[in-house]
Amino acid sequence: MAEKNLLTIKDLVLYFRTSKGAVKAVDKVNFELGFREAVVVLGESGCGKTSLAKALLRLLPRNVEAYSGSIVLDGLDTMALNDEEYRQQIRWVRMSLVPQAAMNSLNPVLRVGDQVAEPMMVHHGVKKEEALEQAKKMFQHVGVPADFLTRYAFELSGGMRQRVAIAMSLVTAPSLIVLDEPTSALDVLTQANIFNVLKRIKKELEISFILITHDIATSSELADRVAVMYAGQIIESSDAMGFFTEPLHPYSQMLMASVPRLRGDKEPIFITGQPPSLLNPPTGCRFADRCPQRFGKCDQEPPVFEKEGRLVKCWLYE
Amino acid sequence: MKEPQNAQVVGVKVEARELVKVENLVKYFPVRAGLLQRVVAYVQAVDKVSFTVREGETLGLVGESGCGKTTVGRSMLRLVEPTSGQVTFDGQDVLKLSGASLKQMRRDMQIIFQDPYASLDPRMPIGESVMEGLNIHGIGTSQERFEMMIDTLKKVGLEDYHARRYPHEFSGGQRQRIGIARALALRPKFIVCDEPVSALDVSIQSQVLNILKDLQGEFGLTYLFIAHNLSVVEHISDRVAVMYLGKMVELTGRDELFANPLHPYTKALMSAIPIPDPTIKRERIILKGDVPSPLNPPKGCRFHPRCPVVKDICSQQEPVFKEVSSGHWAACWLYD
Repeated sequence: MAEKNLLTIKDLVLYFRTSKGAVKAVDKVNFELGFREAVVVLGESGCGKTSLAKALLRLLPRNVEAYSGSIVLDGLDTMALNDEEYRQQIRWVRMSLVPQAAMNSLNPVLRVGDQVAEPMMVHHGVKKEEALEQAKKMFQHVGVPADFLTRYAFELSGGMRQRVAIAMSLVTAPSLIVLDEPTSALDVLTQANIFNVLKRIKKELEISFILITHDIATSSELADRVAVMYAGQIIESSDAMGFFTEPLHPYSQMLMASVPRLRGDKEPIFITGQPPSLLNPPTGCRFADRCPQRFGKCDQEPPVFEKEGRLVKCWLYE
Repeated sequence: MKEPQNAQVVGVKVEARELVKVENLVKYFPVRAGLLQRVVAYVQAVDKVSFTVREGETLGLVGESGCGKTTVGRSMLRLVEPTSGQVTFDGQDVLKLSGASLKQMRRDMQIIFQDPYASLDPRMPIGESVMEGLNIHGIGTSQERFEMMIDTLKKVGLEDYHARRYPHEFSGGQRQRIGIARALALRPKFIVCDEPVSALDVSIQSQVLNILKDLQGEFGLTYLFIAHNLSVVEHISDRVAVMYLGKMVELTGRDELFANPLHPYTKALMSAIPIPDPTIKRERIILKGDVPSPLNPPKGCRFHPRCPVVKDICSQQEPVFKEVSSGHWAACWLYD
């Protein structure tokens, strides 16, 4: 099948059921991702970034109110699969996850080599020796010495554990990896190292990334495209160069201006107020209450406008 | 005490009075093991750190996790008891104080904690939290204390009706402002800000930083600003100190440090700072390996196993922390 995109998401919805009503964590999200491309999903805490990752990999909690839309991965409509088919064909076979706080996501009573090898044995049915051999190769890719295979997670530093988590997501050779805040708990030097690893992997293994983060500055190193998430929706989707030099949506502009820069002449600004509650989001533009460029039309929900190949959900670009 | 002759000194604020002086501060945490819980080793969290904080300035203190920067801040307030060394605050030896004089000293030295989610009592209305210090120190009548509390809340951009609310009703940025109000209520002279913005979203970080700056101007506060984010430190500090594995490796004025870093570790840190602009291509200094354990730090210069410009002497002898050029201190054999 000659697909242009590796991944196409249409109207993806994930609502959680709570005693106060439905939390609209992911509310009609659309985006596309090409082969060997890295898209960065940016947003503040609580905007639904992690829920988006969970929705993509169908790692759902029990209190799901609604889960719908279409996710087409490499020509395959994943939403049509039942849970067992999904597990056999998609999760960790074509798409894997580096979870948030990957530092603490390793099993403390298993050797890290065994953990990295496990997906190979489960999904590809290979023998343990073969799987360990593959794990060893992955360790080389992410820069962990091979003799670390027999160590336990507590014997590794934060950066090393993060690399092991990345190795685990790579071991089955998926075409897409979802990274949920891969470096937010790490020091700046370790962060730089991890990003170098990711850049190299992207080149060597021809893999696509969805990088979910709130760290704008670090993400600029890897991004080919940027999607900005606000209150459960994608409000801007651009190529990286366009986004980092000239963000379109007022929220993106303010977010970029709030990053403290080294040797910057401008004082960083801040965005007043808080993101709206996802329990009962406003009917119009969700950013309107905090937006300095608000005008009459913002009471209605803006559609997605296209400007020079970039998508932005704001009335200013009508 | 040096008096400024000429107020036009570039970059660094003029030589003001030294408010806090830390000399050879050492903190070893004992590691206990076995049936009898004998001390088997020491974590050398802070090892012979010396610096001064001048009145009215912000001294930034940066370093990676586990380098001992928080321990420095806490030992200065005696929230942990230092193993040895000397801390002088306003001419008084802080480490020798006890009882009433220690309590008095604590009025003048306050701390803003790292995590605004964990540092407020969830069952106490925030007005009570802010007023707690005033009550303990028995300042004024209860009516006056209440008014001072409301006044302090307004100083950090909160309203009087917020006083009756509980911490869970506030956002992260608001909680950190409550943390600032708590530290500010007693009108201290010196505040240790321990990573005050690292738990906050970038969109509200600068709000908290601006409040800290404004309050400094209004009350003539002196800050020790502990952080791991160099961009934030550059934004707020007058001088910056860099720590590595329990040692201070460099200390100088902010502009000097960012223009002309001396220590190889500082250079590596600078090169790792991300810039949100994909058009900028830079040479990165990538360090080998990880930070060694402070249980058993390397001999000689503690940075030598990872240093890209290591010399023979570095593994033998510890470099002295000394003034390399005027006001620029570094501990490195390159500048001997």
